[in-house]
Amino acid sequence: MNRAQIEDFLYAEAELLDTWQLEAWLALFTEDATYHVPSSGMGANASPDEHLFYIADDRMRLNERVARLAKKTAYAEWPRSSTRHLVHNVRIVGEDDAGIEVRAAFVVHRFKDGNCSTYIGGATYRLVRHSDSFQIRSKLCALDSEVLRPQGRISILL
Amino acid sequence: MKNIESPLLRSDEEAGKFLVNRRAFTDAGVLDAETRALFDTCWLYVGHGSEIRKPGSFVTRAVGGRNLIFNKDAKGQVGSFLNSCPHRGATVCRERSGNAKNFTCGYHGWVFGADGKNRNIPGIEAYAPDFGSDGCSDLVSVPRLESYRDFWFVCFDRNAQSLSDYLAGAKEYLDLVADQSEAGMEIVGGAHDYSIGANWKLLVENSIDGYHAPVTHSTYLDYLRNANEGHKVGIGVGAAKDLGNGHAVIEFRAPWGRPISRWVPSMGEEARVQMEAQYARLEEMYGKERAERIAGMDRNLLIFPNLCVLDILAITVRTFYPRAPDRMDVTGWAMAPIGESSGMRRNRLNNFLEFLGPGGFATPDDVEMLEQCQKGYANAKEAGWNDISRGMRRELAGKPGGQQDELQMRTFWRRWHELLAARNALSVRVEA
Repeated sequence: MNRAQIEDFLYAEAELLDTWQLEAWLALFTEDATYHVPSSGMGANASPDEHLFYIADDRMRLNERVARLAKKTAYAEWPRSSTRHLVHNVRIVGEDDAGIEVRAAFVVHRFKDGNCSTYIGGATYRLVRHSDSFQIRSKLCALDSEVLRPQGRISILL
Repeated sequence: MKNIESPLLRSDEEAGKFLVNRRAFTDAGVLDAETRALFDTCWLYVGHGSEIRKPGSFVTRAVGGRNLIFNKDAKGQVGSFLNSCPHRGATVCRERSGNAKNFTCGYHGWVFGADGKNRNIPGIEAYAPDFGSDGCSDLVSVPRLESYRDFWFVCFDRNAQSLSDYLAGAKEYLDLVADQSEAGMEIVGGAHDYSIGANWKLLVENSIDGYHAPVTHSTYLDYLRNANEGHKVGIGVGAAKDLGNGHAVIEFRAPWGRPISRWVPSMGEEARVQMEAQYARLEEMYGKERAERIAGMDRNLLIFPNLCVLDILAITVRTFYPRAPDRMDVTGWAMAPIGESSGMRRNRLNNFLEFLGPGGFATPDDVEMLEQCQKGYANAKEAGWNDISRGMRRELAGKPGGQQDELQMRTFWRRWHELLAARNALSVRVEA
């Protein structure tokens, strides 16, 4: 395993999101996976069991999030916004029984109704080896902005 | 109720029509009038006592266009100060929260105690000997600061009525939240600070709107069904009430779980046992009827002009201010019983995030609809009026409003109109 393999995996993940292939994106996650977005300004040790996050999905709720986004009645994302997920500064931090820890920086642009919102932050992944590629056991996106203004919502997947 | 015929509001009780001009959402003159007639005179929520529990604790936040410090001094006295140095006006406390004995201005080094009193001025010998004896070197306190059940409010009108009188019938509904725990209630760590590209009054209406839920939130209701397969929660008849002074509430029974005592399968079996014990304790303390009301009913409360306490699938306290006619800043907090078990807290926060906030399954759709309303008001010249007539016949007949009626919104708008008219703030040019 080297960084290039990890980068290829993360770039492919970004492409699935930007092309709205959300079922395929969901299939990248393990059955016990989590997807977390802490509220802005929260410390690195915050837990969604004790603190108010923006998003704290287990796999079941992540399934539902993806199912929701497939509906035209998910008004916040219909008509669909156009997004671009950029992944930078990818580093393998370590590997243990729980998997490979990877950190990256992300910039996500969301275009809708003539407006552009930008989400910038650091992503921490826990990946596990899966055939000749990887699966995501956890993905945590910590936003750098102090408040969610002017974005107002995280209706897309980061 | 008398009829109103003004450039911004038309109410015809006999015809059962209540209309608000869309300029009320777009006009800079209206926003200016609201600043003077509402935000300079009404009691405004500043924070909850649990946020400044220890002596020295402080938070800084924007309230009614001002930047405030809300804190507790060394003696345990709660205070709120304009966060501007009396010397040259620089922001004195530049952190969002923390604990401090003193605040030091970073510009010239003036130091203030947590009681707002000046503690030190570098080079004091260059001032007159009695300088500061008239309080000119202390932080300026807000004109009024009062609390009800540990909900703290400020008012920038020194001559305003007491908070207790102002809250009128809303107190009963704050009690129904505060009574949920013997140990008291607290704000959970973290907040949702976001913005919406819409006029602030759209969120007032949306926060107490029972009519939109089955449509705007159909995907959330789909989710509830999937997460709690086969489980049915009875949906009871709801009611809307005018609580006086512009405050209003809808009280109803919704299909979601409530961490206080309405169990649904997604909470797990362990939670069911805890919730039964919790409910038994409520019955013991308050009797069957009140326990059932506290725990079994959902409530969306509006405290005029801009505080919403939603005691629903979780409890959120939410306030918002206009940044411009077409943009508002929103802050939402989660409130919970102090000392609840870690499992219940997890359930509560899960419930909260499923529906509420910028990443929830419901709030983003509200935000979208509010922004689409604002966009629609660009057509105000030709398509000029919002209709808020639903249930007006029932209201006229003296019957209580249903939660899908719009009595609660009319309550807000009548008070809004009354306060603006009283200050001659309605001289907005509205083209016919």
